[in-house]
Amino acid sequence: MERYDVAIIGGGMVGTAIGYGCAGHGARVAVLDEGDVALRASRGNFGLVWGQSKGDNMPAYAAWTRRSIALWPDLAERVSVLAGRDVQYRQVGGLTFCLDEQELVARRDFVHRRHNQGHASVRMLDRRELEELMPGCPLGPDVSGASYDPNDGHVDPLTLLRGLHAGLRAAGGAHLPGAPLDAIEPAAGGYRLRRADGSELLAARVVVAAGVATTPIAAMIGLDVPVRPVRGQNIVTERLAPILPKPASAIRQTGDGTVQIGVTNEDDGSFETPTTTAALAGMAARALRVLPPLAQARMVRSWAALRPMTPDGCPAYAESATHPGCFVAVCHSGVTLAAVHAGPLAEAVLSGAVAEIAAELHPSRFVGMTHVQAH
Amino acid sequence: MFKRTDPPDCTITWDGRELPARNGESLATALLAAGVLHFRETPVSGAARGPLCLMGACFDCLVELDGQPNVQACMTPVRPGLVAAPQRGIRGLPEVEDAA
Repeated sequence: MERYDVAIIGGGMVGTAIGYGCAGHGARVAVLDEGDVALRASRGNFGLVWGQSKGDNMPAYAAWTRRSIALWPDLAERVSVLAGRDVQYRQVGGLTFCLDEQELVARRDFVHRRHNQGHASVRMLDRRELEELMPGCPLGPDVSGASYDPNDGHVDPLTLLRGLHAGLRAAGGAHLPGAPLDAIEPAAGGYRLRRADGSELLAARVVVAAGVATTPIAAMIGLDVPVRPVRGQNIVTERLAPILPKPASAIRQTGDGTVQIGVTNEDDGSFETPTTTAALAGMAARALRVLPPLAQARMVRSWAALRPMTPDGCPAYAESATHPGCFVAVCHSGVTLAAVHAGPLAEAVLSGAVAEIAAELHPSRFVGMTHVQAH
Repeated sequence: MFKRTDPPDCTITWDGRELPARNGESLATALLAAGVLHFRETPVSGAARGPLCLMGACFDCLVELDGQPNVQACMTPVRPGLVAAPQRGIRGLPEVEDAA
């Protein structure tokens, strides 16, 4: 039976980043991946590397996010080489547009709250400042202002995932797709992992990074981690000449010229991923208020993906008390947090110091919480 | 390069030239049958491109159809008198002032 230092359960953005990081430190890593039937948030997300909205009422998450953003330029450089093409990380600052007075007031309050919690880089811009920031950008008349964080940016998430997988392989890691996990059992020197196709392997350490499938797998290692699927719908247009120089919440122009438009937060408990005409029409209508010329652009595709959402919307990391050497890592910000997952979190998995770097993000905080809150 | 199995039964206009075609076949097929390989020029390098997948996935066969840019030729049925031209570079949104 093959024996590994670390087995990662989940080949998406989170698991692959941790696996890439562990393999880069010389660990013998296997990434177990259900395969293309998995409900991969990693292949359906929006591609923001984003701090301005993360960690309201959870300063530990905000700090963790800022730490990742600080590490992102280095990750982007490495991943572009590994992927064989530019991952298109552009830290050009990010916006959240306000389309009426009520949104502006609410956003201003939000920005004040962020400042009080130590996130100082985000600020409000009025209409005139927005026009100075993006000369010639054809903003609609309803755009009254925006919050702006110069540290925010965006990336091509599919190239990121490809680069992380390439990095895992280049460092000697194994990607093992094709079968769900059936069991994790204590064995001499670690744990025996049994898969639905009958195959087994041994690992000294196990990291559960299974996205929306986290809850039942975390239970195998004695951790209670409630995760719900929260659906997000997306639209992408045909490729267009540059029209929006900075990414914004729910609207960005990709490096290839397409305009990506989001986004919904549908928390109905369903693991299905349909798009709905009503939601897409609502998203498009709001995008047209931001950039009216998009009325002439054609949509080429729409899709939905499921975010793994914890009860407070913040990530959860822990080492199991009953299964030492087994860890869980789950979040809905796999892109933004890729740099900390490949760096400090991977190192903490190898050293056993996860509790030290993420004490306040332990899933024990969810006891008694029932509903998905702000995220 | 390509040989028709059925004869043309109408004409279309491509970049100002009249070409033979068959009503109902795809525009990409009609152009390939007429010897056209250069459907568009890429926004980045200006290099010539033509159809790859012929099934709506690759977006390499983009043309301008009746004045509408970025149309997939492989997904467009021929009708008599259709007017198309190469897609040259990236599409802008020229009526910005009107739309705003």
